[in-house]
Amino acid sequence: MKHFLLLTLMLLAACSPAATATPQSTEPQTLTVMTHDSFSISEGVVKSFEEANNAKLVFLKSGDAGAVLNKAILTKDAPLADVLFGVDNTFLSRALEGDIFEAYESPALSEIPDTFKLDESNRALPVDYGDVCINYDKAYFADNNLAVPQSLEDLTRPEYQDLLVVENPATSSTGLAFLLATTAHFGDSFTEYWQALKDNGVVVVDGWETAYYTNFSASSGHGPQPMVVSYGTSPAVEVVFAEKPMDDAPTASVLGPNTCFRQIEFVGILKGTQNRSLAEKFVDFMLSKQFQEDVPLQMFVYPVHPNAALPDPFIKYAQAPEQPAVLAPDVIAEKRDAWIQAWTDVVMK
Amino acid sequence: MSRILNHRDTEDTEILNNLRVFVSLWLARILLWLVPLSFLVLAFFYPLSRILSLTFNPQALTAENLLLASRVLLFTFYQATLSTLLTLLLGLPSAYLFAHYDFRGKSVLRALTAVPFMLPTVVVAAGFSALLGPRGLLYTLFPLASFSFTGTLSAILIAHVFYNTTIIIRVAGNALSSLDPKLEAAARSLGADSWRLWWNVTFPLLRPALLAASLLVFLFDFTSFGVILLLGGSQFATLEVEIYLRVLRLPNLPLAALLSVIQLICTILFSILYSHFVSRSTIQTAPRSAESNIRKPKTLREKIFVAAFAILLASFFILPLSALPLRSLFRLEADRGQRGEIQYGFTTDYYSELFINRRDSIFYVPPIQATVNSLGYAGATVVLSLLLGFPAAFALAKPTRLERILDPLIMLPLGSSAVMLGLGFILSYGAWLTSPLLVPFAHTLVALPFVIRTLQPAIASIPQRLRQAASSLGASPLEVWKNIDLPILRRATLAAGTFAFTISLGEFGATLLIARPEYPTIPVAIERFLSQPGGLNYGQAMAMGTILMMLTLTSILLIEKIRIPGTGEF
Repeated sequence: MKHFLLLTLMLLAACSPAATATPQSTEPQTLTVMTHDSFSISEGVVKSFEEANNAKLVFLKSGDAGAVLNKAILTKDAPLADVLFGVDNTFLSRALEGDIFEAYESPALSEIPDTFKLDESNRALPVDYGDVCINYDKAYFADNNLAVPQSLEDLTRPEYQDLLVVENPATSSTGLAFLLATTAHFGDSFTEYWQALKDNGVVVVDGWETAYYTNFSASSGHGPQPMVVSYGTSPAVEVVFAEKPMDDAPTASVLGPNTCFRQIEFVGILKGTQNRSLAEKFVDFMLSKQFQEDVPLQMFVYPVHPNAALPDPFIKYAQAPEQPAVLAPDVIAEKRDAWIQAWTDVVMK
Repeated sequence: MSRILNHRDTEDTEILNNLRVFVSLWLARILLWLVPLSFLVLAFFYPLSRILSLTFNPQALTAENLLLASRVLLFTFYQATLSTLLTLLLGLPSAYLFAHYDFRGKSVLRALTAVPFMLPTVVVAAGFSALLGPRGLLYTLFPLASFSFTGTLSAILIAHVFYNTTIIIRVAGNALSSLDPKLEAAARSLGADSWRLWWNVTFPLLRPALLAASLLVFLFDFTSFGVILLLGGSQFATLEVEIYLRVLRLPNLPLAALLSVIQLICTILFSILYSHFVSRSTIQTAPRSAESNIRKPKTLREKIFVAAFAILLASFFILPLSALPLRSLFRLEADRGQRGEIQYGFTTDYYSELFINRRDSIFYVPPIQATVNSLGYAGATVVLSLLLGFPAAFALAKPTRLERILDPLIMLPLGSSAVMLGLGFILSYGAWLTSPLLVPFAHTLVALPFVIRTLQPAIASIPQRLRQAASSLGASPLEVWKNIDLPILRRATLAAGTFAFTISLGEFGATLLIARPEYPTIPVAIERFLSQPGGLNYGQAMAMGTILMMLTLTSILLIEKIRIPGTGEF
């Protein structure tokens, strides 16, 4: 029994600072932010928040966006954090139904365009957005004198046979976003479209990493397919992380109407937080220009703040579609599973 | 003899004595079990039961769900059986090679075979793709040999063999090298040919170790996850993959719980079967050095076997592994006009870039720090798993009824769904999720079955008669320990420690699940690079993968260095 106790004590001792942070005037107050693996932020931006509010930010990364939300719902009686960032519009309904957020009408919201505010009661507040788009290998299309497809329908044409790699929507959120673009565009006949894509040799892999680095011809992997489902900002990232300085991005996005699906990411204050006022300050901070201008090069998404200045590579190489495919979060929540099942029956059988 | 003669006279005291021995034996056993069992309860049974009781629902037992479950179960069995057989096919001769022959480059080759075991799946998949993928090395060398590798069952099987051969080599090899050559010599002098020698002498002696190794391999294949998703695709869903899909992608927690229960039941069945076989066939061996069995190949047949097999092993392991350092130092420059042509351009940019925090990200971690984190977690895992593993292995070495019941429990953490267990951890220890201490605990949970299964046969093989003889000749308990127990245990302890160390170095899932982003391990750092586009990111992932590979290779070589001298002197 002694060892048992010792073990427990060891665990307790090691964990107590995070578990029982008592707010004092001199001691910085700890704010725990639960988020997904892709979250990133500059050191300077974190410091300026911490210094201004006598706070210590602790980030808890818990897998991808879906995993984070699952964990938040599972632990809502004893929340793991004060703030959750990273629920997107494909998961928004589940988060709201899961009842994990406290409403907060941030004064900073007044500057954010209404198109991003998908939750009227302000339990989830928009922070950034990005588009899942088809990226193409510019050199391949130029060398082969091939026109770049302009619509989803174009992709079923014989000249694009075997040229596209997509992610399985059952295993990849990128793949799911592209499936949603096709359901938004074709309605119930999206299965016929996917049958046509399959007949035209679409390649399906399980995740974005494999699609981009193993299959896509313009990535470092130099794979066989010159078109991949990725992000509208990926061409800019290719330039930022180029091996040699580039004058031009090696890739670009297909931007025709309804070919891209827009993802909006939200932040919310978790129900049951002991640090409500600090959590509010952090949410305000995320909507401030300082944080919003840090977003593009940290997470390669667009800030929702209309006056946030974009960095150079974004202005030059990132592309946002004029007419992205749109679906209401509650429609997504209701039909997602059935759509994935229908897709699986058509494409994977 | 005299005791029997006097039996009637001292019956009462005898019973009392027996009772006292009996009670103290039980007390000792309970003490032995207390630590490892408390750990298992805390780190496994409690979190798992919490998540299962929350999600399991008898209403999930619909015909449709059961059909899906049986289809997935069947495939899981099928691929795990095939993979295990193939792994034995490569592993057994390799174990024999390493246990019996001395040849140049042996220690490096032996260390090489252990490297895949601790590389994260993303890196191994990248290695295989660089070798066998559509633009891989093989394709560049033989453009006509067009075949698809990723997305096939063969890819899964090959990756499983690649990952798990080291288990057979280590566990079975350990047993092979402690076989008494006098037994073989005796059998030969009685006229047994090689086949009969193997079948009647070697195989029965090896059976416990072989079964232990095969079961570990089978369990790993049975619960395979990353390999299936990255190299096969979700159409080859194992139970573990299906559970993951049903928890995170097509959320249906009751179905996920049903599948986890099925997986658990299977694991319990395997473990019971295993304990049943092993408890029947523990053989005590003489304490001897490993070297006395090892010699240079003499006859032509031996020389051919050693050379051929060493080359086969080297190419099987070196080719996919070498793709990593190759890609970390050379960038692919596809000529824009001719897409088939690929040139390699030498660069050290990837390594220098590792030291630059280009985006001032708060989560940037210099490679040295990630290495230190990884080594720290691995060291803690070794200490913790040996501390917990030794008492359990001692108790299991001479099983009573208690052990026969407890024995199968040891293996359960290996066969339970990591996704579900992860959720259980969060549910049970949510408030402690920010503690870096949770990482070695999670790693120990994975490593403990290996540690116990490696130590247990060694402890069981300590010949009691030899110990008694030594004591009766006047050896102190310390001398008995030093001259008899230690030489046998030393080898097994090193093997067990190596397992714990390497499991921790390569472990990815649990680290990601509970790690504070400020203290990433190398595998976590690799995953971060691979999740973004850009040639530099890909290159840095390869560079980091190379560092991990070198680190593990050196660690293993160092451990083998400790192992080779010393053992012979006792």
